[in-house]
This record gives sequence, structure tokens and C-alpha cells, in this order.
Amino acid sequence: MSQAGYDVDRVRKDFPILDQEVNGHPLVFLDSAASAQKPRQVIEALSRFYSKDYANIHRGVYQLSERATAAFEASRQKTARFLGADPREIVFVRGTTEAINLVAQTFGREGVGRGDEILITAMEHHSNIVPWQMLCEEKGAILRVAPIDDSGALMLEEFEKLVSPRTKLVAVAHVSNALGTVNPVDEITRIAHERGVPVLVDGAQAVPHDRVDVGALDCDFYAFSSHKVFGPSGVGVLYGRADLLEAMPPWQGGGEMIQSVTFEKSTWNAIPHKFEAGTPDIAGVVGLGAALDYVESLDRAALLAHERDLLDYGTAALEAIPGVRLIGTAPRKSSVLSFVIDGIHPHDVGTILDQHGIAVRTGHHCAQPVMERFGVPATVRASLALYNTRSDLDALVKGIHAVRELFA
Amino acid sequence: MSELRELYQTVILDHNRKPRNFKRPEDANRQADGHNPLCGDKITVYLTVEGDTVTDVGFQGEGCAISTASASLMTEAIKGRKLAEVEALFEGFHALVTSDPTREPDADGLGKLAVFGGVREFPVRVKCATLAWHTMRNALAESGETAVTE
Repeated sequence: MSQAGYDVDRVRKDFPILDQEVNGHPLVFLDSAASAQKPRQVIEALSRFYSKDYANIHRGVYQLSERATAAFEASRQKTARFLGADPREIVFVRGTTEAINLVAQTFGREGVGRGDEILITAMEHHSNIVPWQMLCEEKGAILRVAPIDDSGALMLEEFEKLVSPRTKLVAVAHVSNALGTVNPVDEITRIAHERGVPVLVDGAQAVPHDRVDVGALDCDFYAFSSHKVFGPSGVGVLYGRADLLEAMPPWQGGGEMIQSVTFEKSTWNAIPHKFEAGTPDIAGVVGLGAALDYVESLDRAALLAHERDLLDYGTAALEAIPGVRLIGTAPRKSSVLSFVIDGIHPHDVGTILDQHGIAVRTGHHCAQPVMERFGVPATVRASLALYNTRSDLDALVKGIHAVRELFA
Repeated sequence: MSELRELYQTVILDHNRKPRNFKRPEDANRQADGHNPLCGDKITVYLTVEGDTVTDVGFQGEGCAISTASASLMTEAIKGRKLAEVEALFEGFHALVTSDPTREPDADGLGKLAVFGGVREFPVRVKCATLAWHTMRNALAESGETAVTE
């Protein structure tokens, strides 16, 4: 079923990779939470840029360099609009992981000391755990973890209790990659800001689905990856509030991030360039711009309704299969169906589904503490994106029946 | 779909459901842990070695059907064998599951272990099949190392 204003068949035609058979079956791609497929608009933008406009940016006086710089900076403008931010607040990095590490190694290193605390949640991806662990180890600081309930929802009252006078930063996922839980980021920032604590949001799993407005969320840092929002891999975005970015020391040293260099002393470039040492993934950033244009060209409300319909449809269909247990049933969820099947290891499920042309993720999804919380070694995860359909989910259900038959 | 049946043969499904020697032998004098980080498989292999013979063997842990069945069938295959025979089985098994899938599998001397020939068609599952074997070998070597298949 298609939602009014949203033509999923037309959208699917924009993604050439979907039109193929795998192991003799039409490809059913249900692993967009790991990485999303690319529309031809992005593929063509990359090809066009390399064919016509490519050169290094920010320094050349010749026309190609000016064009490349303009395209690169246009992507920054688009990204800023996409998040409701100022272009000066958009730092291009390699991905969400690098964005979080950047904050840990600059803001964190300067502002966190012995006995201070960093507060995360029990649903975080390893990329929003390990950088803080490393920082805490270095500084003698303490990593606090706000618990989640049996549905996978954050226990907000417990979270609130954990915000202490020693808390220097709160770092939370906007949407959990392993459970699909949508966190109440606006509530989290309200609680944290009442106590003067800044908030970093890992938005990797949020931006491909719903509108994000960093002003409305009132967060201080927001990170996401291009490849999860239909853009090229190797590019990510760190949004940081301008006054925070201004005050932060630079991260990597090198070209572009400096204003002047002598052997005695160097001075730093203005934000965001201060954090962009070296030649970036120029074409990747241009491709990200094309990806954001693509997403913005769709009716976002209708897209959200389409994905909501798929999530509800898939949830009901999976719950109806004997022996299937959904992991992650929070009231506010987005586009992730994580599950286990009684007596059958997720890895076996993944192999058998692949033989039916169905691509799902199996394993711990870089969220081992989440697996431990739910007492499972791994799950099967089907994740949805704007090109999925109800028939993808029908194929998944059929595949699961085949799995159960083989193991009966 | 025939590759699937080839991978999940009846013997494998049976050993997955009812793993043999799923225990720690009381007089075990060697043990090692194995871990497959990709799928979270964890296994401990226990051996009782007397002189140059594996007189008893068992395993415990949690894993996918391929890794569980492989561990179970391995314990049956190596129990009562001389250390040199165990090493030859390891080599033979490893060669079987990593050999070119377009050629006839060479399962000479492997007995029941030949059921793992189908794993060759599924490169990402080779590590599941070999985890118990690498762990067993570490236990014999008394290296104290965790076998990691990645």
C-alpha cells in the first residue's frame, strides 16, 4: 500500500541497485540501517563532478578549483538547511564515529577532568561508548549509563537522577540502531540544560527518516553519516553550536585548518575550517549534497507515514510468527525490526534469508551492551528505508517460515 | 536452495539440536576458549590428554548451528585419537571447508565430518565451522590464547 503523496514505486526506480536478482530471487534489501543504497541522482552527481568540476578546493585561483569549492560549500549550505543550522556550524568529517571522536578529543579533552562524568544511555552504538571510555580512561573521569526498560525505551527518571554536578556532557542516540527506539531528545536536552550540561546527539539513524531541527531539539552537537542518508560513504557531519566550536581547540593539525604558520607558532582558521585539516572527501561531500537534495525533494510527511505503515505492518507480521520475539518494542520507534527466533541462531537465519535474496543484518549491531541487556548473543535486524515496501516484508516473513521449516 | 540443504544437512541439524559431549569432562587437563566476534559465538573446548592420546573431550558454549554441530562432531571425531591423528584431522577438515567449491570435495579419512563440505559454498560461514577446531588446537598447545576467527 502506498501512502497518499508518496509513490514508492517511483522512488524505487531511482535506486538502480534494487533492480537485480540475488540467489535467483529479486533482491529484498532490509539493511539500510547499516548503510543505505544510493539514488541515481547521487551517482550521477558524483560522476558529473568528477567529469566536469573536480579540483582541490579553497586554494586554487583557477576556474575548476573555484567550481569545486563552490560545489563543496554549497553542500555545507544544504547540510545547514537540512539541520536548521548555520553553515559555520557544519564540520565535514569521515562519519558519525569521527564526529563523536572529534568532540571527545577537543571539547572533552579540554573540559573533562578527574572525577568528572559523562552520561550516555544503555542503547548506544559502540561509536558513542568507546570514544567516551577512552576519554574517561585518559582523564580519570567516569562514564555513567542511563538504563533502558524491557521495551528498549530510555528510563527518563533514572536518566534525570544521573545528571549530576560532575556531569560534563550527555551523549545520546537520537534513534537506536539495534532497537529502533526514538529517544525524547528534546526532554533530554531540557533536563541537561537545566543543569548547564551540553548534549551531543548521535543522529546516524534519525536523519534518513524524519526531519531534524537542531534548534528545536536544542542540542549542542549533532552527528550523522552521509552513507546512511543515501549519500556516499566516507563523509559525515558534525553540527556544533557556533560558540562551542569557537571555544574548542582544533583537533587534527595540517593544511586548511590554519590561518598562518611559522615555525614558532600557528594560528587557527575560523570555524568550521579549524576542524577540517587536510584535503577532505570533496566529491563525497558534493554527493552528500545531492543526497540531501533528493531526500528534500520527497514529501517528508508522506515518507514518514509510509515508513510508519511499514514498521507497523512488519511488527504485526513478525509477532504473528510462532517463536519469533521482537527485541525493541518501545512506544516511539523508527524503522528497525530486531528479532530472535527460538532455538535458531541469527547467523543461520541470515544465511538462509540470503539464499532467498533477502539482505538482513545479523549479529550484535555494534551494540554489545544492548545484546547483554536483552540476554541474547545477537539478533536478526531488518531495517527499513524510503524504498522498502510491504512486499519486502512479505518476503521476509516467507523467508522466516522457510528458516523454521529447515530447522523444524 | 540445494546449497542450503547441502549446508544444513540432517546430521548438522541433529548435532545442533542435541550436541554430543556438551560438558566439561571431570578429568579434563587442557582447555581453551574460542570467540567469533562476527556472530558472537563463544565456545570452551575441554580435553583430557593422557600420554599422546585424547582420552576425553567436551565443549560448552553458544553459537550458530554450523559452529555447534562442528564442535559436536569434532568431539566425536577426536575422542580416543592419538595427537598426530588429531592434527591430521584438523588439517583435513580445514582443507575441506576452505577448498575450491567448484571441485569435488576431498573428504578422505574425515568420516562423518564430510557433511561440512557444503560450507565451502558459504565463505562467511567457514569461520563458524572452524572455530571449535582452532580452539581445540589452542587447548592442545596450552597456549592460553583465545581462538579468534577474525
